[in-house]
Amino acid sequence: MYKAPNGKEIFVLDGHTHFWDGSPENQKNIHGKQFIDCFYAYHTNLSPPEQLWEKARFEKYTEDDIYRDLFVDGPDDMAIIQSTYLRDFYKDGFSSIERSTSMASRHPERFIVNGAFDPRDGEKALEYIHYMKEEFDIKGVKMYTAEWNGESKGWALNDPDAYRCFELCEKLGIKNIHVHKGPTIIPLNKDAFDVHDVDYAATDFQNLNWIIEHCGLPRLDDFCWIAVQETNVYGGLAVALPFIHARPRYFAEVIAELLFWVGEDKLLFGSDYAIWTPQWLVEKFWNFQIPDDIAQERGVQLTDEIKEKILGLNAARIYDIDVDAKKKTLAGAPVQIAAE
Amino acid sequence: MFLDIIMADLETEVWERLELVTDPELDEPITDMGFVETVKVSSSNKVEVEFRLPTYWCSPNFAFLMAFGIRREVASLPWVRGVTVSLRDHCFGDEVNEGVNSGRAFSEVFALYCDGADLGEVTAKFDAKAFDRRQEVMLLALQERGLPAEDIVTMTLGTFDRIAFAGGEEERQKPRYRALLMSRGLAQGPDDPAFPTWEGQSIGPMDLKAHLARLRGIRINMEFNGALCKGLASSRYKEVEIGPEGPTLVDFIAGRVPTKGRGASAG
Repeated sequence: MYKAPNGKEIFVLDGHTHFWDGSPENQKNIHGKQFIDCFYAYHTNLSPPEQLWEKARFEKYTEDDIYRDLFVDGPDDMAIIQSTYLRDFYKDGFSSIERSTSMASRHPERFIVNGAFDPRDGEKALEYIHYMKEEFDIKGVKMYTAEWNGESKGWALNDPDAYRCFELCEKLGIKNIHVHKGPTIIPLNKDAFDVHDVDYAATDFQNLNWIIEHCGLPRLDDFCWIAVQETNVYGGLAVALPFIHARPRYFAEVIAELLFWVGEDKLLFGSDYAIWTPQWLVEKFWNFQIPDDIAQERGVQLTDEIKEKILGLNAARIYDIDVDAKKKTLAGAPVQIAAE
Repeated sequence: MFLDIIMADLETEVWERLELVTDPELDEPITDMGFVETVKVSSSNKVEVEFRLPTYWCSPNFAFLMAFGIRREVASLPWVRGVTVSLRDHCFGDEVNEGVNSGRAFSEVFALYCDGADLGEVTAKFDAKAFDRRQEVMLLALQERGLPAEDIVTMTLGTFDRIAFAGGEEERQKPRYRALLMSRGLAQGPDDPAFPTWEGQSIGPMDLKAHLARLRGIRINMEFNGALCKGLASSRYKEVEIGPEGPTLVDFIAGRVPTKGRGASAG
């Protein structure tokens, strides 16, 4: 719950968080080290100085840490935990659904744990989707198209194997597909961050919601063109939002573009925890105004009502969360300061 | 001492040459982005260039393009007797370094890694974006001068050439925009239109606003990525130490990246 300066209570559903283990003990090779190092560079580059973490804590944080950072010190009411395996880089997976579910079981009313699968596993991927549905009743999945899998160094959402998986997701009611477009290495003759596969998949699977994390960055312009044509494409604000501190004018330009092309009903707040923590992001976002010149040029505004949608109501809608009922439940289970 | 000065001058020449190599995604010189870390000239006029990208995961195909761009530009200096290019700490670094220092052509090396395919489609996509970004600067500058849309969209290259832009981004981008107009064959002579689209279509005066809206998105994406890349490059080798004053960032290889042209002042 974020309490606005005027006393209004704002429901916050953090759409993109992780409970990862990137520690050296879990790293398989240099790629595992470089992966968490890259995340750490995002953290150190864009966090306010007082929010910086030491490397060891960033690599592996505790169940108490995530609870405190999101719900005690942070304003989140709920958080979506994404799963990312990176089996070629990490021994037990980078952030597995089992480990996240175990953590979330301490406060199940506050977490939505999403699954993940790799379409290149063929039949096994289909079996695994069944397993995740039966075992964890997942409502969504996180797709990382840059994941390495043996000889393959990346895949596309419109690959035939992927389509078979999405057909099954649709059948089982796993309707929220979060997509992270990392750099795919092969095929080397294609743009590594290309987002056009989103266009095909969103057109062919109208009943699924396609939430493109980082708004397709570094292909924001291509993403906007796709989102404007597809009613089931959403943008997650992670990575763009932290610019609100370091480079507020760039953030203003990006959010203006997103409001113009994608629209206020299809943008989702995400802290990308533990790269960033939600406390400062939400506070700065609530107090942010798009400078007049940018707002006028684009003909958009960022009102309190729009901010409230982005911070929680939009995600609640696609995850079938009754916000008023949820607020009552959470009021009956206030955050507890964990004994450390 | 005298030799030191000569070497420093040669290094400066190399740095200046490297300004012509751009990051294809950002349309900015790799030297401005801080990617080039070391330039060394040996007494036998052999040149070593080391560069590093903002992350281990930056697009390998662009890493190839930049590495071969470095080789091409440095080798074009008449006194250079050999070039070694090293990309550091990159997931495809070994392949890039082997390829760029093998003496083989870019197309030949690159084709090895993708069943003979070339990078044509990708470079065309980013050439188009670079063109759009440069064009937007010029269109906005002309609008700023109070020119009506009709005059802007029908402007000829001859008229465009006669307009002097002093200072700012428009002065920097004018020759760069013109260069792409020429290399693409969109305008050759003074009577050709100065502002076609990348596909060679004319822009109607009523369509200028929508055209600019699209270009704006491209520019914002590029500027945002440029800021992100610069930031990541600067923080890639930093770690946090928590002291009595709170957290601070410590560069554990401080001073490794020289500022551009440092060689000259060192002489």
